[in-house]
Amino acid sequence: MASKIGVYICVGYGIGEAVNIEELSKVATSEYKVDVCKTVPSCEAEDIEFIKKDIAEQELEKVVIAGPSPRFYQPKTFPPNVIVEYVNLREQVAWCQPSHEEDTQMMANDYLRMGIVKIQKTQPLDPFPESKDINKTVLVVGGGIAGLTAALETAAAGYDSVIVEKAPQLGGWMAKLKKSIPRSAPYEALEDPGIEEKIKQVRQNPKIKVHTSTEIAKIKGAPGMFDVELKGNGAAFRVGAIVQATGWKPYQPKNLNHLGLGNLADVITGVEMEEMAKAGSIKRKSDGKEAKSVVFVQCAGSRDKNHLSYCSSICCLNSLKQAAYVREQDGDAKAYIIYENLRAPGHYEYFYKKMQQDPGVFMTKGEVTGVKQNGGSLAVDVKDTLLGEDISIEADLVVLATGMVPQSADGERIRAIIDARKFLASGEGGPQVDIMKKRIEEFGHHEGTEILNLDYRQGPDMPTLQYGYPDSHFICFPYETRRTGIYAAGAVRAPMDGLGSIEDATGAAFKAIQCLEMLSRGEAVLPRTSDLSYPEFFLQRCTQCKRCTEECPFGTLNEDEKGTPQPNPTRCRRCGICLGACPERIINFKNYSVDMIASMIKAVEVPDEFEEKPRVLILACENDAYPAFDTAGFKRLQYSPFVRIIPVRCLGSVNVIWINEALAKGFDGVMLFGCKYGDDYQCHFIKGSELMNTRGDNVREKLKQMALENERVQLFQVQITDYEKILSLVGEFMETIEQIGMNPFKGM
Amino acid sequence: MSTNGKILVIGGGISGISAAADAAELGCDVILVEKEPYLGGRVVRMNQYFPKLCPPTCGMEINIRRVRQNPRIKVYTFSEVETISGSPGDYTVTIRVNPRYVTGKQPVSQAHIDAVATEIPNPFNYNMDTTKALFIPHDAAYPMMHVLKKDALTAEEGEKLKAAEPAGAIDLDMKEDRVEEKVGAVIIATGWRPYDVTKLENLGAGKLANVITNVMMERLASRNGPTEGKLLRPSDGKEVANVAFVQCAGSRDENHLPYCSAVCCMGSLKQARYVREKVADAKVTIFYIDIRTIGRFEKFYYDLLEDQNVRFVKGKVAKITEDPATKNPIVEVEEVLPGDKKREQFDMVVLATGVVPATADSPVPGVSLVYDNDGFLVDQPNGAGIFGAGCVKRPLDVSRSVKDATAAVMKAIQIVRR
Repeated sequence: MASKIGVYICVGYGIGEAVNIEELSKVATSEYKVDVCKTVPSCEAEDIEFIKKDIAEQELEKVVIAGPSPRFYQPKTFPPNVIVEYVNLREQVAWCQPSHEEDTQMMANDYLRMGIVKIQKTQPLDPFPESKDINKTVLVVGGGIAGLTAALETAAAGYDSVIVEKAPQLGGWMAKLKKSIPRSAPYEALEDPGIEEKIKQVRQNPKIKVHTSTEIAKIKGAPGMFDVELKGNGAAFRVGAIVQATGWKPYQPKNLNHLGLGNLADVITGVEMEEMAKAGSIKRKSDGKEAKSVVFVQCAGSRDKNHLSYCSSICCLNSLKQAAYVREQDGDAKAYIIYENLRAPGHYEYFYKKMQQDPGVFMTKGEVTGVKQNGGSLAVDVKDTLLGEDISIEADLVVLATGMVPQSADGERIRAIIDARKFLASGEGGPQVDIMKKRIEEFGHHEGTEILNLDYRQGPDMPTLQYGYPDSHFICFPYETRRTGIYAAGAVRAPMDGLGSIEDATGAAFKAIQCLEMLSRGEAVLPRTSDLSYPEFFLQRCTQCKRCTEECPFGTLNEDEKGTPQPNPTRCRRCGICLGACPERIINFKNYSVDMIASMIKAVEVPDEFEEKPRVLILACENDAYPAFDTAGFKRLQYSPFVRIIPVRCLGSVNVIWINEALAKGFDGVMLFGCKYGDDYQCHFIKGSELMNTRGDNVREKLKQMALENERVQLFQVQITDYEKILSLVGEFMETIEQIGMNPFKGM
Repeated sequence: MSTNGKILVIGGGISGISAAADAAELGCDVILVEKEPYLGGRVVRMNQYFPKLCPPTCGMEINIRRVRQNPRIKVYTFSEVETISGSPGDYTVTIRVNPRYVTGKQPVSQAHIDAVATEIPNPFNYNMDTTKALFIPHDAAYPMMHVLKKDALTAEEGEKLKAAEPAGAIDLDMKEDRVEEKVGAVIIATGWRPYDVTKLENLGAGKLANVITNVMMERLASRNGPTEGKLLRPSDGKEVANVAFVQCAGSRDENHLPYCSAVCCMGSLKQARYVREKVADAKVTIFYIDIRTIGRFEKFYYDLLEDQNVRFVKGKVAKITEDPATKNPIVEVEEVLPGDKKREQFDMVVLATGVVPATADSPVPGVSLVYDNDGFLVDQPNGAGIFGAGCVKRPLDVSRSVKDATAAVMKAIQIVRR
């Protein structure tokens, strides 16, 4: 039985002046015969109260509110069992179109039609069934400062955790430090690293289980139901979420011969210096004599395009700290630090200042051109110094600050190798063979580096950013990775100091338990937080084309042997990219479906050719392009009355059938507005607009079949602030349509 | 011990919003208090974020939706926390809700807007332009609601407003309101302000027309700013072609802020990109002591080094004066390399003013908390139920502020859920 639908049309904010409300109401009452259709003076508190009361009195199940943009309501004001849909008559009609024009009226009428059709096709949401079975234990991979912090914080919040550490003991790098750089006010004194205390707390905490000397053999399943198997002891257990705190390893520079590394005994790395200091005294390796003059060479292998091109972020502070060791050991000893930019950010400036005041510590900008043996000591040649001349420093010991490399593996690249090997083994020929061989060569070094060993179709580890860090790509959402329920923390995800790692791990642990709580309510995590909808697959009609399993940016779908997708709703972020990818149109959400959008498109009244009123469909990313249209309205900027805008979850969720339907219906063109792609992509679903662009071939094929011009369908990359650009793009597009003429399929 | 499950978040900038949304999504009830009439704090006044050069409103769109749609979050804008008393798990807070004179019960109509002609300095644009005394703070404000600056109105405007329909939209007799709330834990995310330029006497003390601060530069570059995104200098509206950035303006300086403000290097490099992208052939000079582009940010620095029109000069700016005829700022710099003094004229100078914690001016009211010498909130001794998040603790960029906010929520739930 059809649900009882009510329509409320807001006449305030200039809507009543722009549009004939009586005529608009007839769309609801005569065309769609809705149960209730009323007008309200505005959508401010009093009128929202009226609507709420009326919903209850009329016992409505579905409600359309035609008024301001949906972006300005608080849906929490309506009862949760009522489905509410908003029609944007304010920003996208009344505020951007002239009043009392036939075209403005047609636009409003069409938007109301689409709104009613949409709500007719919307079904109530229930949490996915798996939400009842969410395991709330957190797996922490890595037992260094970040891992220990994550486990302790998780326990303090009342959740169980399991630490898996590959070394025989806990503590990681921090346990190898003599001292930590200052972490607390007044930020001048070296501190105890605090790691022993953390290890003790972990060992004593009944909510934390520890496995040392082992690694992960396999992780099967999905968030809320990960089945973990360990190597060695063979332990198997279930967890819900994962914090990857696998830390860093020292960069092993090759080709630093001019600095003497590897060929001069008294040239060592910062890591070796720390070991020596912790062991007792700072000595020359060559003869065991205490070092009286130590030169620290910064960025040895960092900030260098031939080595690590990034800054390892802690080396300046680390050398300052080790200079303090040198001075502590012997009041007459000298420490020299040669840097290009001394990086002591934030409060660390205090520590830098303190060391500057020490008369035995000399620091200068400069470039070390060479380190040579000079009799019993080393000669360090420095050019471009602040002294304005080249200098040579006599040193007992030279310490190279060599930088950090993340302990991570890249899921995507490992998967690419696996796929390439499979392809070569299949014996298929063609030009693909060389491409696959090249891929194996290019990504070869990723093989054997698996850490999480996830049983994911898209690879056993988290995809990484540039330089191999599995970090978030998003500034506003720094914990978002491309694997739901798995959060990186500490130096594995960016070069970072101990304090930063502690903070980072605390937040990552929170994200892990937050994810589990949200999954247990059936909700999505960022960016569609709290969304209850999830994709449903009508697999009887699946043709095993694998597009959904390959295109999902979050590795949600696995495949069975035949290549049929295996949905994992707890991995899903609900972007709808699978819906867009599926040529069989068998993937749908209860409130976002192929049929729903297609029906909305069909609901638009397309005037015949001779009326000279073209129609252009705009499918706009709901997070960026759609708000940009709202801003244009807010600024009262006018644009063509011939466009019809439909917000989509992500441009990647656009199914090509919608474009085909629009063209068949007589729309003269389709504009696709998505986010920027490329290295600095802005799509919150990673590559939605890029994927849509690659589907362009299918679109062009269809255009060819229909003998239509390619220009009729175009994709644009825009930002939320691009409201003016969007309008000029619309203007240009309308001109193009005028030039190439109307779609001949109108009225067919 | 009675433990109240609610969390109070003070400050509705990026840290506070992130903390509130995170806590509510876990399942906690949250009260979010912001003193401005809109959420978004400093970040919504920025043009782009480094290093991606993406607009802050994009992420804010998601964050505002998280706040707007979550029934567990109660938002008070234009409000301030007056007192906090009690102990962990059981705090009582008083919130003063300032009158916005706009009720939200009925819509503000064109008649209301037409009734007000008075213009006031626009705080959203750091007073670089004006706005009507009845205004929506900015084009993506949440709540999307007018504010009336009643003090600025003439008597006649007041009468006209009273007569305008619908009558229930504006209430000129609105009084400040006080609300009491009980919470279990408190997150302080009151953020930062730029260092006061009037104290930088050698750099013009804010009196030279074409010497602006880095936060003002963000507004100039923003499409919804006072110049609609064009880089027009304040004295004569001329588009700038030769811009200098002065790093550490007040930071790393014993007479001002002894610490490094951590974000200004990347901030200025980003703004150098604005200049290069918006004005063809424009020249940029950056005066610095150390370029601190930590971690992966280094790439941003590298890329800029390859731009022939961007010059990096290592040296401390000693003085800025102005040419009285052209109003061009004249920068005197003690160049470290090669070591001599230089005087150079520019169209405009941008001071990379540092980060001052909000708590340096106004400590959290009603409770005795520990701050460092610069007014930053430090980690409180064990057992406190009050936690800092973001720039109130140390100078942080957006990403680290958000991480810190999430970490603060972790600490807060350990109090309210015990």
